[in-house]
Amino acid sequence: MSLLEIRNLSIHFVSHKQDIAAVNGVDLTIEKGKTMGLVGETGAGKTTTALGILNLIQKPQGRFLSGEIIYKGRDLLKLSEDEMRKVRGKEISMIFQDPMTALNPILPVGEQIAEVIRLHEKCSDAEAEKKSLQMLEMVGIRAERSGEYPHQFSGGMKQRVVIAIALACNPSFLIADEPTTALDVTIQAQVLEMMADLRNRFGTSMLLITHDLGIVAENCDDVAIMYAGEIIEIGTLERIFHNPKHPYTLGLFGSIPSLDKDEDRLHPIPGLMPDPAALPRGCKFHERCDRACEACSELIQELVEIEPGHKVRCHRVVKGEI
Amino acid sequence: MLKRKKRNEAIENALADMARHKGGGSEFIQRMLRNKTGMIGTCICFVLIILCAGAPIFTKWDPYEQSLASKFILPNMEHIMGTDDFGRDLWCRLLYGGRYSLLIALGSAVISTVAGLVLGSCAGYFGGKTDLIITRFLDIIQAIPGLLLAIAISSALGSGPFNTMLAIAIGNIAGGARIMRSTVLSIRGNEFVEAAKATGSRDARIIFVHILPNTIAPLAINASMGIGGSIGAISGLSFIGLGVQPPTPEWGSILAVGKTYIRDFWPIVLFPALFIALTIFGFNLFGDALRDALDPKMRD
Amino acid sequence: MGELLRVEHLKKYFKTPGGMLHAVDDVSFSINKGETLGVVGESGCGKSTLGRVVLKLIDQTDGKIIYNGKDITNISKNENVELRKSMQIIFQDPYSSLNPRKKVSELIADPLKTFRMYNKEERQSRVYELMDMVGLSRRFADSYPHELDGGRRQRIGVARALSLDPEFIVCDEPVSALDVSIQAQILNLLQDLQEARNLTYIFVTHDLSVVRHISTDILVMYIGVMVEKCRAKELFKAPLHPYTKGLLSAIPVANIDHEKKRVVLQGELTSPIEPKNECRFAARCPYVTPKCREAMPELEEITPGHVVACHNVREINGL
Repeated sequence: MSLLEIRNLSIHFVSHKQDIAAVNGVDLTIEKGKTMGLVGETGAGKTTTALGILNLIQKPQGRFLSGEIIYKGRDLLKLSEDEMRKVRGKEISMIFQDPMTALNPILPVGEQIAEVIRLHEKCSDAEAEKKSLQMLEMVGIRAERSGEYPHQFSGGMKQRVVIAIALACNPSFLIADEPTTALDVTIQAQVLEMMADLRNRFGTSMLLITHDLGIVAENCDDVAIMYAGEIIEIGTLERIFHNPKHPYTLGLFGSIPSLDKDEDRLHPIPGLMPDPAALPRGCKFHERCDRACEACSELIQELVEIEPGHKVRCHRVVKGEI
Repeated sequence: MLKRKKRNEAIENALADMARHKGGGSEFIQRMLRNKTGMIGTCICFVLIILCAGAPIFTKWDPYEQSLASKFILPNMEHIMGTDDFGRDLWCRLLYGGRYSLLIALGSAVISTVAGLVLGSCAGYFGGKTDLIITRFLDIIQAIPGLLLAIAISSALGSGPFNTMLAIAIGNIAGGARIMRSTVLSIRGNEFVEAAKATGSRDARIIFVHILPNTIAPLAINASMGIGGSIGAISGLSFIGLGVQPPTPEWGSILAVGKTYIRDFWPIVLFPALFIALTIFGFNLFGDALRDALDPKMRD
Repeated sequence: MGELLRVEHLKKYFKTPGGMLHAVDDVSFSINKGETLGVVGESGCGKSTLGRVVLKLIDQTDGKIIYNGKDITNISKNENVELRKSMQIIFQDPYSSLNPRKKVSELIADPLKTFRMYNKEERQSRVYELMDMVGLSRRFADSYPHELDGGRRQRIGVARALSLDPEFIVCDEPVSALDVSIQAQILNLLQDLQEARNLTYIFVTHDLSVVRHISTDILVMYIGVMVEKCRAKELFKAPLHPYTKGLLSAIPVANIDHEKKRVVLQGELTSPIEPKNECRFAARCPYVTPKCREAMPELEEITPGHVVACHNVREINGL
């Protein structure tokens, strides 16, 4: 059963100078209890999509041009600001990339967790405090430390606090935007392990935004690859990792140095992300694609299912030419 | 495919040529010209300077000649801003007075900015003992209220335009130096400074080529704000008889004298104040424009 | 292939309000001409400091640096400036490492100007030559760095480092700030340049897959000390130090068929300020014994070319 369904979401940032097409017709379905990995490079529109779900796009520049975000049968984009406030933090939580700036430096961490609980749940201060201590223990921080301030914690510990805040009201859906990018590998492993454990315990669904295919491989059930505001390939973890089809996905895999195979040279994708204020016509990837043909610069391809649980946005793949 | 690539290349080359023809100096002027509020500021400053420098052309009166018969005349065709308590033409006195006010204010801004720049950048760049000595010195200057310091200095040096300029400049050094020091400290932390060291640059080159150009923005603002403050300080000094002495016309002293008559005769206060305000306004806009034009990030 | 650089018992301590910070504590290694030494470790392990001390950008506290057979440990300021021609550095952050007020051509020409090399025309053609070399289109010569993306900016950094024609370059996390596809472009560029110009690199990074790809040897650091050093392939095949094992198993692998037993290291890095005389890894080590708390382990050559600093290395690995 799907918990969250994004349909044809388009978000642009419009200023008097230019029109930045950040998200262009994204369709995404997240099943209950599953984790969807959203992969892409800087500027692909991953974070904008996530902020769009929470209706946190900066206005007036940010505009929803089209789309519906159906969560538990309601379209989040049609909710009033008051109703939306009740959803944020309670139903849907978000973990940001930088734990250093996500916490208020002048409030003790326990207080910051309790604040969210008081905000969304009818309970006494004492209950909120008790719950905040439980949350701290749950993310692996001793409850005695609840009176300490963010600067007394290391980066990994701060991210644990951020996660505790995000999970404090038992949300059914969690958005994690590069939650471990700012952390060291061994700490990243700890945090990811803890997140997986909590997810299993509470059955939380998650949208995990990352640029690291390794993290996706170890934490997700489904994968969506994003490029220039579009999803260009989506499917189950196995389909995408065993049978990647889109030239961009293949390029991403070719760019990562392998840990167990020897290769003399990497195979990077030539060129750069297109300017979102002046996206190319046709397939947005064709200028960097080594398999582009004449038609790629004209044809606008939809996502097409090429095998069960695997959709691709490339007309050459769909026609079987690649 | 190929055709398009070739076309793209041609366009790129043409663009590159265009970019190359834009020289550094003319580009700066173009960017100055394109900034509307900046242009207003520049025009105000320019007009004020021309008016004061060419005072004899713009007025037929003499700034010193007294005529008790024609004192406190309201503005009319003959005296467009009226006359003062000694019957001297106010418009004329303000133009001649601007020579002192502007020169002293600009001069003290230049002196204090340069001194602040040297002290602040040395403190920020070298750190350690140099920093300690310079900041303590600045502390001492700042511990004394600015006007009091100016009073002390000008009473030691004696009155007169140049001494007034010096007295005010010294009081303003500390502020500029502190801004400079913190700016340099933050720029010094950037890797490009380390990169310059790694490519063999010596300290002087690093300071002049890599650090100072990046400090222009706060410095320009500080200096343009300082001009306004200086004019105020000059009038303060003149008022207590230390700055520019009457009958020498100077905006501050005209204003100070005029204060006595504020209830009965408004032009003597309004017009000098207007000139001072216009100057501050003009230089602030000019400072902002200067900062923007010198910042490559503002290039469109 | 002769030895280009040898470092013996190098130490760098910083004075902090809390006491001495042991950023680099007794590191020894050597690099052959044309090879790459990868230095890996987590943030705060002293790897960047090590790179800068080796370059003599900051002075060492103790130890010896021998470059091209010459002891450069205590050279004069003038000799140090001369040294810049043969030793260079590429920085991590392509944003803060370029002076925002200079055009691309000025940035690349800057070292040449410092050394008053060439006249103006020659310098310009040298800049173009360098731009071609690093794959930066000449049309960017008059651009400012903020107008370019991270990948291109990093190419400027590479061109600047190459301008004096050095033989030895410290690459301090040169691709960490870049997207994967751009990262691969820069890694390929660095490799091509190394081949073409017989460059020697110290490649400082926290990314193990990158370091495996580019290095001949790898040195693993943990809170200022070196815990293991060997050939790159051997390190990934048979890591001996428990920290290296934990580090390797922590890397997420982009392969869903990859079977691995994960050893998640518990705890966090301990403080490098006034560390106790014990194994620095003891607090997190799953194999810790009382011996580890008594003294710092010495570096020991376990197999030829494979040095490890661990009291229990034989027991842990069944050697």
